[in-house]
Amino acid sequence: MKMKPLLALMALFGFSAQAQNRLNLTQGVTDVSNRVYDLHMTIFYICCVIGVVVFGLMFISMIRHRKSKGREPAKFHESVKVEVAWTIIPFLILVGMAIPATSTLIAMEDTSDADVTVQVTGSQWKWHYKYFEHEVEFFSRLATQQEQIQNKFEKSENYLLEVDNPLVIPTGQKVRFLVTSDDVIHSWWVPDFAVKKDANPGFINEAWTRVEEPGIYRGQCAELCGKDHGFMPIVVIAKEPADYQKWIEDTEAEQIAAREREQELLDMEMSMDELMAMGEKIYNSTCAACHQASGQGIPGTFPALAGEGVSIDPEARDQHIDIVVNGVQGTAMQAFGAQLTMQEIAAVITYERNAWGNDTGDTVQAADINAVMNQ
Amino acid sequence: MSTVVDDIHHEEHHDHKPSGITRWLFTTNHKDIGSLYLWFSLIMFFIGGAMAMVIRAELFQPGLQLVEPNFFNQMTTVHGLIMVFGAVMPAFTGLANWMIPMMIGAPDMALPRMNNWSFWILPFGFAILLSSLFLEGGGPNFGWTFYAPLSTTYSNDSTALFVFSMHILGISSIMGAINVIVTIMNMRAPGMNYMKMPLFVWTWLITAFLLIAVMPVLAGAVTMVLTDKYFGTSFFDAAGGGDPVMFQHIFWFFGHPEVYIMILPSFGIISAIIPAFTRKQLFGYASMVYATASIAILSFLVWAHHMFTTGMPVFAELFFMYCTMLIAVPTGVKVFNWVATMWRGAMTFETPMLFALAFVILFTIGGFSGLMLAITPVDFQYHDTYFVVAHFHYVLVTGAVFSIMAAAYYWLPKWTGHMYDETLAKLHFWTSLISVNVLFFPMHFAGLAGMPRRIPDYSIQFADVNQITSIGGFAFGLSQLIFLWLCIKCVRGGEKAAAKPWEGAEGLEWTVPSPAPYHTFEKPPKVE
Amino acid sequence: MADSQQSQRPDNSKIVKRLLLTVAGMFAFGFALVPLYDVFCEVTGFNGRTKNEAVAATHQTVDKSRTVNVQFITRNAKGIPWKFEPSVKQVQVHPGEVRVVNFLAGNPTSGDMVAQAIPSVAPAEASLYLNKVECFCFNQQPLKAGDNTEMPMQFYLDPEIPDHITTLTLSYTLYDMTANATAETLAQLQTTE
Repeated sequence: MKMKPLLALMALFGFSAQAQNRLNLTQGVTDVSNRVYDLHMTIFYICCVIGVVVFGLMFISMIRHRKSKGREPAKFHESVKVEVAWTIIPFLILVGMAIPATSTLIAMEDTSDADVTVQVTGSQWKWHYKYFEHEVEFFSRLATQQEQIQNKFEKSENYLLEVDNPLVIPTGQKVRFLVTSDDVIHSWWVPDFAVKKDANPGFINEAWTRVEEPGIYRGQCAELCGKDHGFMPIVVIAKEPADYQKWIEDTEAEQIAAREREQELLDMEMSMDELMAMGEKIYNSTCAACHQASGQGIPGTFPALAGEGVSIDPEARDQHIDIVVNGVQGTAMQAFGAQLTMQEIAAVITYERNAWGNDTGDTVQAADINAVMNQ
Repeated sequence: MSTVVDDIHHEEHHDHKPSGITRWLFTTNHKDIGSLYLWFSLIMFFIGGAMAMVIRAELFQPGLQLVEPNFFNQMTTVHGLIMVFGAVMPAFTGLANWMIPMMIGAPDMALPRMNNWSFWILPFGFAILLSSLFLEGGGPNFGWTFYAPLSTTYSNDSTALFVFSMHILGISSIMGAINVIVTIMNMRAPGMNYMKMPLFVWTWLITAFLLIAVMPVLAGAVTMVLTDKYFGTSFFDAAGGGDPVMFQHIFWFFGHPEVYIMILPSFGIISAIIPAFTRKQLFGYASMVYATASIAILSFLVWAHHMFTTGMPVFAELFFMYCTMLIAVPTGVKVFNWVATMWRGAMTFETPMLFALAFVILFTIGGFSGLMLAITPVDFQYHDTYFVVAHFHYVLVTGAVFSIMAAAYYWLPKWTGHMYDETLAKLHFWTSLISVNVLFFPMHFAGLAGMPRRIPDYSIQFADVNQITSIGGFAFGLSQLIFLWLCIKCVRGGEKAAAKPWEGAEGLEWTVPSPAPYHTFEKPPKVE
Repeated sequence: MADSQQSQRPDNSKIVKRLLLTVAGMFAFGFALVPLYDVFCEVTGFNGRTKNEAVAATHQTVDKSRTVNVQFITRNAKGIPWKFEPSVKQVQVHPGEVRVVNFLAGNPTSGDMVAQAIPSVAPAEASLYLNKVECFCFNQQPLKAGDNTEMPMQFYLDPEIPDHITTLTLSYTLYDMTANATAETLAQLQTTE
């Protein structure tokens, strides 16, 4: 019999613990995030106490001091003593809040003596990570299928919070992030680390974390950065140092090999059909967000590729390649030279020059891209 | 009663008030202009509200259903601009036009022809802004804060229209503010010295100085955006030696005082209504004035608390955190004063009072979340999430908008000469009160759980909270139709209102008949 | 009543004039914030930008007891396909010691180009103590089609640099300035021809 209330209580706690994850700030997985959480809860409780006192007095007054109860209004309208008290006491409470806030802030801004440095670069609408100590760099894009966003497929568990290439960091080590942007202002935010830093174009910002628990941590861009601001998530995998070491060495070797392979592929000619098939895939995943799958673009914002511009001008093939490889300064058009392989760029340009009735008949090969990139 | 009617006839003959559209186009009468401002702001409130409904409908469930992300961004941007510059600020200017001359015993505003202008350029400003939505490529989509370089290099060509309309709105606000200051300084009735002025007049005087100080800075900021985008300057472009973060400093140097521009007149309204329905003098009049002034001064020292994540040095973060926390002190004084005013009064709960009481509680909740946001380390977690959205909607909707509703109910009998329909009004209050909390309270949870603001789609963990929020949003939107109907009904007829329909109300505006004659206080009243 | 109003008229215009002056003043102040911000940043290191002028290497003492790790990062802005990288990723320096680091730049395109490197330092505070004796970032850099060059950057850290700064990152973002090249830079392109 005695167990029943206990069970009920446990169920309640279980529920509230679960609900808390969804309804409250995360405690996170770092020392700093825990301090931030404690600070959050402390201030929240202080506000609750003040709220209960002030609103309590208000409600007592509203219930008791009514005209309908035959009350005569009192005559007082000032009291220096009371007024001084309610100026000084809140001030002291604020001082009490400011002390832990200051020490936490100073700890958060101490980026010295980092073990690993990662350059984080935001661009519309993906993240780029580059390890300072290793020859490893990659883009990290939303991995959720368009069909889920368009409500054609059921939404997966990590809908909009999954990427193709997550950032990998070691546990137990101080990781320093150098945050910047290629275009507009973005903000790199992982709630579990209590790290949120704006990525300002032309400037670098610093943040750091030390994650103790291996795991997968998710976040999102937190500063409005244009059309797909809601679709540039962040995923960080924290691995044990040994696992991390293996991962970074493997990835480094892989990326070096890939670069060599690309040089070899330069001599390979692809057929029109191969280029078109590959190009369509890349176009839809990389270009369609702005230029649209139909190639019509968004009038006034993103230019159309179908039936106009360099895509149909037989003379402008090299210019077309230059735009895709190097981007266009002062517009949303990015430099894809660093994001796609030469083969992929060749395919996507071939696609753009031949799809939607753009009948230039041109094929573009990886060697042509190489010619523009490394004259 | 008959003398009142006679008075009105007399006034009308005396001034042969023009009729038809020309009356409104060429009017220099503070009451006419006040009404124009109020109706205009109500229309804008519904247009901005319709955009909010689009936003809430899209966010009703995860996935993209109704609108494209680009259009969603236009909705959040224009919703913000309209509510700030089209609904809240003109409503306060309308109230100032109607009430300040009557409260200080002046016959009209000091500069009546400028008054006409400052209203009539507003519709053009908003016509330009709204028409930009129909351009190819759409209207402004960079958020109402228009951070560079999203609003410069990366914006579409509607930016020129945006800048032009912001200039017009700014000029209108500045002219309105000049008028208020000159009126208050020069037109007070004999004996109406500064420390006898109603708090609404005081808070508006301080607000007007804030407007004069910061609207030109906004004009400067939009001009820089314009020249950066079209004329090759690089104020905010690192390539040319500029700094995009500097835009935020300039914008928030305007933006934070702007926030107080939208709340200080509310303090004045609430300080009029609570004593009236408590039948007790306002507690701590002098400290209210000093608190308002110190909030206004502090508002110039806290702007960078909007920008903690931009990467400022620690000393700057600490400075702005401490200054921001300090604002809690004078704001607290105000809330305590209102509670002390209620204490041992003899309260009744007519609709203006209900809105005022809801204001005190809900604005204070917004104040609490504001205090939490001031704490820099925690702000890193809250910043740019729905927690912020919840915070500023609590201070602006249940704060500013509720106080405007309270003011409307309080003074409708004076404006129209009719009592409003108390049943409808109570219905409006209770549906608004419940739905506004269903709308904005869950946003705190969404934000704490990590939902960023200004996103058209979200991960499934936020689905429940957003659904509740959207339902609250639709209910709140519908509730406001009651208010519209009530206002129309009250203008067209209803129980005749006495000169002073509220037993405990004080002030010169209640010494003139209801509806207030076209011209009041042509002979200055005597103030004891 | 008429009298009192008449006597108020001149007062009105006086206040209005003052208020309009304030408005004009605040509009000007909005623009004055731009140079003020620059000065403020230079004095406090607020935004992490280094001084845009050479500092003479005086014979300051070298603090051998400390070393600071100075890291170099290069980035290309959109639309500039140059090769641009530091010859070394990082150097250990003693405060006060003058060092030279070369940056390699190459223009792989078939056209002459002009670029400008924009520096940024993290932590921002450290930018106060990074003194450049010579830097390619002070000027626009012209480079003819297909050319490569080594651009030197000579610097020292102020010995006053606070102890808690143990690592300093200097980032350069390279922007295409061909369309906005100064006459001086263009002349350079001509003469080397």
